[in-house]
Amino acid sequence: MTTPILRLENVKKSFGQKHVLKGVDLEVQRGESLVVLGGSGSGKSVMLKNALGLMTPNDGKIFFDGEDVTKSTGKTRAKMRERIGMLFQSGALFDSLTVWENVSFRLLQADRMRRKDAKERAIETLKKVRLGPDVADLYPAEISGGMQKRVSLARSIISKPDLIFFDEPTTGLDPITADAINDLIIEQVRSLGAAAVSITHDMASARKIANNIAMLYEGKIIWHGPADIIDNSGNDYVDQFVHGRADGPIQPAI
Amino acid sequence: MNYSQGSEIVSNASTRKRGFPNPLQWIGAASLGLFSEVGRLFIFFLKVMATAFTPRWYVAQVWKQMVNIGFYSLPVVGLSAVFIGAALALNIYEGGSRYGAEQFVPSIVVLGITRELGATITGLMLAGRVSAGISAEIGAMRVTEQIDALETLSASPFRYLYAPRFLAAIIALPLLVLVADIIGIMGGWLVSVYALDFDSTTYIRNTMDFLTNNDVIVGLIKAVVFGAVIATMGCYQGDRSEAGATGVGRAATLAMVGAAVLVLATNYIMSTLFVEIGL
Repeated sequence: MTTPILRLENVKKSFGQKHVLKGVDLEVQRGESLVVLGGSGSGKSVMLKNALGLMTPNDGKIFFDGEDVTKSTGKTRAKMRERIGMLFQSGALFDSLTVWENVSFRLLQADRMRRKDAKERAIETLKKVRLGPDVADLYPAEISGGMQKRVSLARSIISKPDLIFFDEPTTGLDPITADAINDLIIEQVRSLGAAAVSITHDMASARKIANNIAMLYEGKIIWHGPADIIDNSGNDYVDQFVHGRADGPIQPAI
Repeated sequence: MNYSQGSEIVSNASTRKRGFPNPLQWIGAASLGLFSEVGRLFIFFLKVMATAFTPRWYVAQVWKQMVNIGFYSLPVVGLSAVFIGAALALNIYEGGSRYGAEQFVPSIVVLGITRELGATITGLMLAGRVSAGISAEIGAMRVTEQIDALETLSASPFRYLYAPRFLAAIIALPLLVLVADIIGIMGGWLVSVYALDFDSTTYIRNTMDFLTNNDVIVGLIKAVVFGAVIATMGCYQGDRSEAGATGVGRAATLAMVGAAVLVLATNYIMSTLFVEIGL
């Protein structure tokens, strides 16, 4: 059996009296595209931030490529992050830098690549997400939301990571742009041979990009299985979520 | 965190006592909150210092911040200094004339500006302009996940964002204070010569004769400390900013007020210390 690229073992995270993650167990294999579903406030983003090392769990362990990185710091964490890409929900592009500087940020700052070479790499990567070189010198505020997502995707794949996280990749986009982003995610993840973990509540996106789907509810993974059986999961919670019904075991977050 | 937990205790107590909080619990919760906040700020300051004085340095970022903090603050510092110097000369003249001591205007103006007002006014102006600005910028970065993005791209926010602002502030503040000193003294000279009928040459000679290197050094040392205070408060409050426009606005206000109070408090402490050691 191969070592999973990412493994979460009984991960718990609380904020004061609020227990957000109550023991998450999850495995992601190399080349797998896993989508984690969950309603608003179910702890998806917290789980992702723990996996990325942006938060430290109160309990449990996180393994990256077999290595325990739960409380890693310094060079160990930096080495892990070199192999991880991340597309944030808001894009999280740096306002003060141009598009190409955003895309090649890691190359410029961590790898200390020459600016000329980094710009060439950035323009090449922008092409992969269907953006022309004319965008390279613009600032994030000068481009549309869909283009910002593409730039953010380009930034997450430029260093050819082994694992890419996508946090609500289609939120705030119109259906056509959202579908184009889904296509780009599939294309780029496949061409890199990377594993992908996406968190979303957009079922159309989940159906399109996932090999496997997991559902997070009240801080625990309550279902995990192949994407093609999501409509016949046999789990009432998953069923209610997939069909977007207000009636069922999950109470609407209003 | 402790403060909010304390608040919950107070809130529970309030409910039990029908709206009359136990004053001891309130004082206890507020004190715990204050101490933990001071502790967090101090740890943050030590972390910024540790990153600011060890490699790797983002020189381009330091330079960019120096232009922002130093160059763009010149108008506000210059204008404040000229008016403070002018008002100081008028008040000293008014007070001195009661004892026939008008001739001390140049010496007291130069002493007041270099040892005290040049640095303090610059510190206060930058607490408003720079500390609030840094806090709002970093706060906006925090709530739009840009700081998380920095970390995932293997760049420490302490090294890439906070240390350059800290270094830029402790370098730019002394330079601004030198400018404020010169312009402040010039403000006093302008009023004295054109409104109070002082002889220009005599005024300048008295100023130069009275001024010592120590007077200037005292102001510059204060400026370095004020720079550290202003940058640290801005970065700290920005880093802790809560989500939304209200959160970022609150962080900017807290940074400005905190920096201004700390500028005045550290100024007093340093003035006492310098008098004690005869500097």
